[in-house]
Amino acid sequence: MAGEASSGGIEAHPMDQFLIKPLFGDEGLGLFTVTNQTLWLAIGVLIAFALLALPTRNATLVPGRMQSVAESLYIFVRKMAVDILGEEGLKFFPYLFTLFVFILISNVSGLIPASFTVTSHIAVTGVLAMMVFLTVTILGFVKHGPKFITLFWIPSAPTVALRVILFAIEFISYFVRPLSHSVRLAGNMMAGHAVLKVFAAFVPAMGVLGIVPIGAMTGIFALELLVAFVQAYIFTILTCIYLNDALHMH
Amino acid sequence: MGLFISAAQAAEEVRIVEGVEHGGDHGSAGLPQFDFASFPSQIFWFLVAIVVLYLLFSKIVLPRIGGVIEERHDAVEDDLDRAADYKRRAEEAEKAYQAALTEARAEAQRIGDATRAEIQKEVDAAIAKADAEIAAKASESEARIAEIRAEAAEAVRVVALDIAEALAEAVAPGVADASAVNAAVASRTSSSTGN
Repeated sequence: MAGEASSGGIEAHPMDQFLIKPLFGDEGLGLFTVTNQTLWLAIGVLIAFALLALPTRNATLVPGRMQSVAESLYIFVRKMAVDILGEEGLKFFPYLFTLFVFILISNVSGLIPASFTVTSHIAVTGVLAMMVFLTVTILGFVKHGPKFITLFWIPSAPTVALRVILFAIEFISYFVRPLSHSVRLAGNMMAGHAVLKVFAAFVPAMGVLGIVPIGAMTGIFALELLVAFVQAYIFTILTCIYLNDALHMH
Repeated sequence: MGLFISAAQAAEEVRIVEGVEHGGDHGSAGLPQFDFASFPSQIFWFLVAIVVLYLLFSKIVLPRIGGVIEERHDAVEDDLDRAADYKRRAEEAEKAYQAALTEARAEAQRIGDATRAEIQKEVDAAIAKADAEIAAKASESEARIAEIRAEAAEAVRVVALDIAEALAEAVAPGVADASAVNAAVASRTSSSTGN
């Protein structure tokens, strides 16, 4: 989000912040190319380490400030898992915790000016969502065998014809899940940051009145902070709900 | 999902702004998100990061936090148990104290009663003894009084006889019959002494 010098007119490049550039050299993007996204992934891992691993190294019975933060995150995700999946869902707890913390840290660190938002990229959220989709599908068939397909058969529907139609709808919606799951997160992140950038472009163009878009940006930033938390929560809780389908069918 | 809808609309607007403002300026039109050339690198490094995080959390962080929470839970449970134990013991001590108190009261009552009965017995014995002594003294006194009275009556009779004999001698010398005088005096004194 580096502010670019503008010459009079409004010049917004709201999508430039999402560009992926190699950090070293100028050659094309290969599999192992270290990019600005790689840097922010690494920063995210370091934040997770500093936030969760360091304060719990000498965990005490009466927690310190940072240990309390780590414990609150633990209790928050654990409660989510147990509420939806029951006690047997606890074997997915490390997985859900990783999802939640990764998305939360990526979303929030992306709000730092001039940073890069990892979760604004559909490639990342797409893989996250596909991981969930594959886990649910494989788990469903391993646990219930071919009967898992009856997840789409709604016996409470009044007529057979309706049941067939509902089966088709449920079947399609099941395969659309990874798409909505990933686009919801990436879209939210991208849109919020783009809006901030557009407002930022208004500031130099409006001179003294630039205080108005700055005020608006402050408000939008607060909203984005909320969205960062809410989207991490939504992604994780939807993962819980999908896992519940595989574990308990209806 | 209101947040999503509004955010999506905002994204739409942004796209419009971009199109209007510098449609042709940038060589690469379209979102960086759909630049498929970057996908292999993105996905590779993302997988590295997520695997590192998963291992960090599942092997180190979660067991630590779970352990300390469990420990705290146990400690609190322990303290509560101990508090309940102390309370139970305090209640027991109070019950024992109450029991000891009632027992002591009963004992005091019993000792008081026994002492009172003993004293009463002694008093009764002393009273009986004193009564007996008084009765003995009284009968003795009565006997003495009767004796004195008999002596006095005898003296009266003797004096009366002497006077009667002297009178009879004076009135009619030689006539008086000693036995008749005696009888007359006896009859008069016995009636007079009878009150």
